Amino acid sequence: MTIDQNINVVRQEFESFPDWEDRYMHIIALGKGLAPYNEVHLTDEFKVKGCQSQVWLHAAIVGGRVRFEAESDALIVKGLITILLRLFNDRTPKEILEAPSDLVARLGFEQHLSQSRANGVASVLKQVKLYALAYSMVRA
Amino acid sequence: MSDVGAIVKPTFDAMKLKAEFPILARTVHGNVPLVYLDNAATSQKPRAVIDAITKYYECSNANVHRGGHALGAEATALYEDARSIVASFIGAQPNEIIFTRGTTESINLVAASWSSMMGETLKGCTIVVTEMEHHANIVPWQMACEKTGAVLKVIRVHDDGTLDMEHARELINDTTAFVSVVHVSNTLGVENDVRTICALARSVGALSLVDGAQSIVHHAINVTSLGCDFFVFSGHKLYAPTGIGVLFGRANVLESLPPYQGGGSMILDVTFERTTYNDVPVRFEAGTPNMEGAVGLAAAIRWFTALDLEALRVHEAELSERLLRDLNTIDGMRVFGPQTLHAGIASFVIDGMHAHDLGTLLDEQGVAIRTGHHCTMPLMKRFGVTSTARASIAAYTTHDDLDVLSAALLRSVRLLR
Repeated sequence: MTIDQNINVVRQEFESFPDWEDRYMHIIALGKGLAPYNEVHLTDEFKVKGCQSQVWLHAAIVGGRVRFEAESDALIVKGLITILLRLFNDRTPKEILEAPSDLVARLGFEQHLSQSRANGVASVLKQVKLYALAYSMVRA
Repeated sequence: MSDVGAIVKPTFDAMKLKAEFPILARTVHGNVPLVYLDNAATSQKPRAVIDAITKYYECSNANVHRGGHALGAEATALYEDARSIVASFIGAQPNEIIFTRGTTESINLVAASWSSMMGETLKGCTIVVTEMEHHANIVPWQMACEKTGAVLKVIRVHDDGTLDMEHARELINDTTAFVSVVHVSNTLGVENDVRTICALARSVGALSLVDGAQSIVHHAINVTSLGCDFFVFSGHKLYAPTGIGVLFGRANVLESLPPYQGGGSMILDVTFERTTYNDVPVRFEAGTPNMEGAVGLAAAIRWFTALDLEALRVHEAELSERLLRDLNTIDGMRVFGPQTLHAGIASFVIDGMHAHDLGTLLDEQGVAIRTGHHCTMPLMKRFGVTSTARASIAAYTTHDDLDVLSAALLRSVRLLR
């Protein structure tokens, strides 16, 4: 599936919850399931700026594809990051860079989440793209 | 009040008061009723204040201290009346009141003006603040230290959130030139013994400033009995509009300070060779001031002082006590600050839960609280947290509001556990 197709899947999944409580239960459950983060990377260097809670994002390139790992001290943020990483993990830098710029809106986050949450997701997304940009330049 | 309170408690009808605040009738996230508990950040405005601002623009707007026309005179009278109303509200004289943008600008004005006057004579002197200051009462003093070579000293906070007065006595000594302390902490709600601190400052020949941003709305303020040289607050936490604040300075101290900003109004005579400055207080009010703000602040003070303040204090104390009690029933709850002295402010964290997560889930249920470091990062560090959740009450807060908060908190905790 392309990133574009995945966005629609996430959006539909998100909208299948009729009320806020179910929606957040889903996000929180995702957050609890986020893959463990390597503590070595729990440093300021990997901290994402622009988030109200603390978020760390680390990336490595494996076989031409970007592998992300992330951590946050806030559970809802972890859940949202899980959704983002589902879209971007194991993609090529080119695929990531070509992802639509209005992605946060298309995911329905702006509509269904508080503004500060949507802004936080946008900050993580920006960092995801910066990693992809860096890796695309290394390869070129 | 004590024996009256024991027999017949004055009753305060917060529900009726709430009806005077149009915004409190609105809903959020579709049709969820709003419960506004972020009053330590800013208060909502009653109809009386909104109407006063509208009326000012509909009837009296003109630039003050300038035009010789009827509107100019009317606007000037309203603006100067506002100054007198503020002065009598805090037990000062009108010429001791300077209008600013808010608490932050008031502190910056004092720090910048005083430090530029003192210059390098401050080298090796100390400026004393506390560990619980808002950034607005830290950064301007750091800037003054950088400029002059003065050293910033910080009075410690005990584990229970109260100020270490022994440490205050130690730090305020012959080397101290200025003491700037918060009256009521915006994070902990704790009230500091600023009277003693100002007396300590005076005894060593230092100037003192009290940050009254939070106390102005929860305590009766008299600057003479506090014994401070400066007292600062914002209008917007006192049911007045944003963008208007107050700097009280003792007349003889203000007289000695050089201007903070240059421009219109603050001068007597300008030539390219030499400018002479106007008298206090307009010397410190360069440019066209916030006239609607001053009118709105005057309306807010009139409205506020017409309330039964004795009954209001009882109501707020009851709510504060109940808020703490409710919070403490939740498993894993940690409320910061002393358990008795909260001025309607409760800062808390719950084990294993991030304050932002709580804030998000409360918001979905219509409950507005603040989450974050509350512009007190050193205090957060002191307590080993990066953020807390903070609920804060106002005159219009009802027991029903706290019922909603309690239920919403329990629901949020259930989701996050």
